[in-house]
Amino acid sequence: MDTKPSPAPFAPWTDPAAVPLIRFEGVTKRFGDFTALQGIDLQIYPREFFALLGPSGCGKTTLMRMLAGFETPTEGTIWLDGQNIAPVPPNKRPVNMMFQSYALFPHLSVWDNIAFGLRRAGQDKDTIKARVEEMLRLTRLDQFARRKPHQISGGQRQRVALARSLALGPKLLLLDEPLGALDKKLRQDTQFELMDIQEKTGTTFVIVTHDQEEAMTVASRVAVMDAGRLCQIDTPQHIYETPNSRYVADFIGEVSIIEGRVDSLGEEIGIAYAEGQKPVMTRTGGTEVALGQSVFYAIRPEKIWVGAEPHPDRINSVEGTIVDIGYLGDVSTYHVRLDSGQMIKALMTNAERYAASRFTWNDRVWLSWSRHAGVVLTS
Amino acid sequence: MKLNPRRLVLISVPYAWLLALFMVPFLIVLKIALSDTAIAIPPYMPTLDLAAGWSGIRDFFSELDFENFTWLAEDDLYWKSYVSSLWIATVSTFFTLLIGYPVAYAMSRARPEWRPLLMMLIILPFWSSALIRVYAWIGILSSEGYLNQVLLALGLADTPLSILNTQTAVYIGIVYTYLPFMILPIYATLEKMDESLLEAAEDLGCTRISAFWRVTFPLSRPGAIAGCFLVFIPSLGEFVIPSILGGSQTLMIGKVLWEEFFNNRDWPVASAVAVVLLLILVIPIVLFQRNEEKNA
Repeated sequence: MDTKPSPAPFAPWTDPAAVPLIRFEGVTKRFGDFTALQGIDLQIYPREFFALLGPSGCGKTTLMRMLAGFETPTEGTIWLDGQNIAPVPPNKRPVNMMFQSYALFPHLSVWDNIAFGLRRAGQDKDTIKARVEEMLRLTRLDQFARRKPHQISGGQRQRVALARSLALGPKLLLLDEPLGALDKKLRQDTQFELMDIQEKTGTTFVIVTHDQEEAMTVASRVAVMDAGRLCQIDTPQHIYETPNSRYVADFIGEVSIIEGRVDSLGEEIGIAYAEGQKPVMTRTGGTEVALGQSVFYAIRPEKIWVGAEPHPDRINSVEGTIVDIGYLGDVSTYHVRLDSGQMIKALMTNAERYAASRFTWNDRVWLSWSRHAGVVLTS
Repeated sequence: MKLNPRRLVLISVPYAWLLALFMVPFLIVLKIALSDTAIAIPPYMPTLDLAAGWSGIRDFFSELDFENFTWLAEDDLYWKSYVSSLWIATVSTFFTLLIGYPVAYAMSRARPEWRPLLMMLIILPFWSSALIRVYAWIGILSSEGYLNQVLLALGLADTPLSILNTQTAVYIGIVYTYLPFMILPIYATLEKMDESLLEAAEDLGCTRISAFWRVTFPLSRPGAIAGCFLVFIPSLGEFVIPSILGGSQTLMIGKVLWEEFFNNRDWPVASAVAVVLLLILVIPIVLFQRNEEKNA
């Protein structure tokens, strides 16, 4: 039997002794009157795959461009490996970027594109040749080395851009919406390829994306941004299961939010949300609440069980009418209107064939969920 | 591929165009170049006498010869004019590129809302006659002209510079007249260039200046080459500018052509000059295009 202890999971952010590679201290960026970033404090650790996630205009691209050196902070300091990088121009930073448009040089072959940075660094011919070939192998582009960018497919161009930005062996690689231009199937394959390459090279990756699935798949930690602020920085699992605000809960995945008032305290608290309805009973998960306080209860659709009868083992059960059904094959989503007028989304896996045809529009159903199913939010 | 009637009609249009407006006139000029001068109307012979039938055609062809082309080689006026024209056209094209490239670059870097206005300013001179604009340079360049008045007033020159009626005036005239033809194609290539390419170059270790030489310049090369051709070709055969600004010493083949036609009324020699000029232009263009196709 193997008694070797499994390695500790990769989580330097929980280790107080870990030294971050990047430290943002009170960084603010203004363009004229417009504040793109407001008081950003952030630590990113070596070998992390860090995702900046948010809608367009939230400041995530500005944050990344400050790391690359194309923007400088209006206030605050950015430390990279213990050095304040504000005065360092982009061409002197140990940071490389993979551009959203890939920005491949159209007049150079794939080989010359990858060698571009190495040549500027003044390396000798043999070193350049060896490094370019290594990059071509890593990204499986060996056969395309002599082609020009317009002679290869979108997926191949994406890999050239990656190879080019990795060729100099940067301490930090920035990826601006790297998979945005690829179709869905290719995107999913490429996500795993990216993670693989990140692990092989041991480079710290910072990725900017508006695609939450992409962020959740590839990243060790995700920072959710909105209007120039960081809303929450955590592992994908924590972001999903314990969002700290309605904004984060709503931005990541599907959620139903019930607004109510705390009407009982105890091991479970009760949240009264409508006249004449049994309050929602839930654990608080550490959120401090007071009696009578107005709170939000957020619950994910897959945590709700849909049945003809109340589920016997679950503390919360309410009756409602099906308004909409979305049949997706593997799962079905139900939009249910409670008698109090609240809309709740529920999701059931179609574990048996034709399980989905049990309920139809306007059916009366019971929704049941446990005391651990949702989170209590105060903002 | 089968040639159906529709396709045939479509293809025949450009061919008919080229045939009627390029090939036929060229053959007429070539024929005149092979003829002998005569005091007649038209001022050359032989003329084709179709009434005499087959023997008429045979006589016609037997009288054509390359005498005029040999004459071009014998009298050094002609080859000197060709060389001088090539030199003037080359120097003017070089200066047009030197001035036009920065202007086009500045336009492409200007804020987008300014670009239409700048474009308008480049095109605006075309709204007045080229002849008048070239004439206006006499008023600027002559020894009592504005340029000399300013230079004397500022104390930058003690005696008026004699620029008018020299090759310098011809360079100035050509550069001024053809500048828009250089700026516009370069601007077109620079304007559509993705700015993130420059950021990528900087990110990979280039300074701003080396990013320009490594990325911007190679990418704008097709525009610069097109601009050079658009300037070089018409300025090689230029007639108006050297005759207005160049005085009598400036030797250009366009002027020689004019004199042969209208002063000497020697149409055959003038036609021979024109045919050689065309060959001088066509050969490098064909070679260049072949080269571009290979590289693409």
